Amino acid sequence: MIDPRTSVIKKRFSKVKRVIAVTGWKGGIGKSVTASMLSLILAQKGKACGLLDLDFTGASDCIILGAKDIFPEEKNGIVPPEINGIKFMSIYFFSDGKAVPLRGNNITDAIIEMLAITQWGKLDYLIIDMPPGINDTALDVVRLIDRTEILALTIPSIIAKDVLERSLELYKRLKVPIVGIIKNNLVHSKGMGLEGIPYDDKLETALGCPDKLLKTKFAISLEKIISGLLK
Amino acid sequence: MHEWALADSVITSAVDYAKKEKLKKISLVNIAFGELQNVDKEIFLFAIEELIKTSNKVISSSKFKISDELAKFKCKVCSTEFTIKQVKKTEEEAEYIHFIPEMAHTYLKCPKCKSPDFDIIAGRGVLIKSIKGDK
Repeated sequence: MIDPRTSVIKKRFSKVKRVIAVTGWKGGIGKSVTASMLSLILAQKGKACGLLDLDFTGASDCIILGAKDIFPEEKNGIVPPEINGIKFMSIYFFSDGKAVPLRGNNITDAIIEMLAITQWGKLDYLIIDMPPGINDTALDVVRLIDRTEILALTIPSIIAKDVLERSLELYKRLKVPIVGIIKNNLVHSKGMGLEGIPYDDKLETALGCPDKLLKTKFAISLEKIISGLLK
Repeated sequence: MHEWALADSVITSAVDYAKKEKLKKISLVNIAFGELQNVDKEIFLFAIEELIKTSNKVISSSKFKISDELAKFKCKVCSTEFTIKQVKKTEEEAEYIHFIPEMAHTYLKCPKCKSPDFDIIAGRGVLIKSIKGDK
């Protein structure tokens, strides 16, 4: 038996210049907000940008972008709908607001299916919102998309720092390039040598409104950071 | 249509196989359609017909045989084995499962213990069973 789907994944990414996986190794540290905001900023700068939410159990980019009433179009596969100039794909479109309880093999199969049938077309950047940790999704993305680069997110915590160091070591071993490490939720101006985003108490009220999101302190800080990282 | 992407994957995969096995010509591709994904055979075959016109010549005269594979599930909680006929789903839910068969875990549950924690043990989606050709 041959699974034919993996053979076309390379073709689906043939016109995608860069693939940036926004990842972090703890839950709730701002990966989805960072991935969504990064996509909004790049689209605003005129870049052709896609956003793929692979955090199946906690898919939330739809909520962040206010993209609940859109659905992919069927055309030689599925074409991601656009929101604020971003081509956006998420399992949320198919789950009808319900939980998606998937085990390891199911996660791999769902990722392969999405990568095989999604027609991204020409993109300068595809941003992938990853679930926390180095798990099935992380290993599958690295295995299936050969150009994946990592943008790592962490928070000011000894626990997060320790996990970050172990995970970075593993990515180095897997020969996956690290674009940068961003420290989120800084309450002090010093970020232990890392690029930092200060805590933004207005962020919550901007969720669901891309125009408001782009005006937050979070967006302004992230824009400064990525202009240095994504050259 | 979503079937086009799957047809594209079958052709690409068969051509890759031919290169690997040094086949000069593919004569037959045996495909299994899993009941769960419910792929439209007519659209799929039409897509194949159109796509091979612009594909590698190694596959241009190949025949494509499709056989159906019944979907079977096994509950991880109570070990009950069940079929798709034993579970209920709406038309919309079936459409979502058609796009991504793993959505079965969102919409289907074990008929005995109602758990969504089951294995899809057969009939998930599109698979190539065998490829025949001349060296």
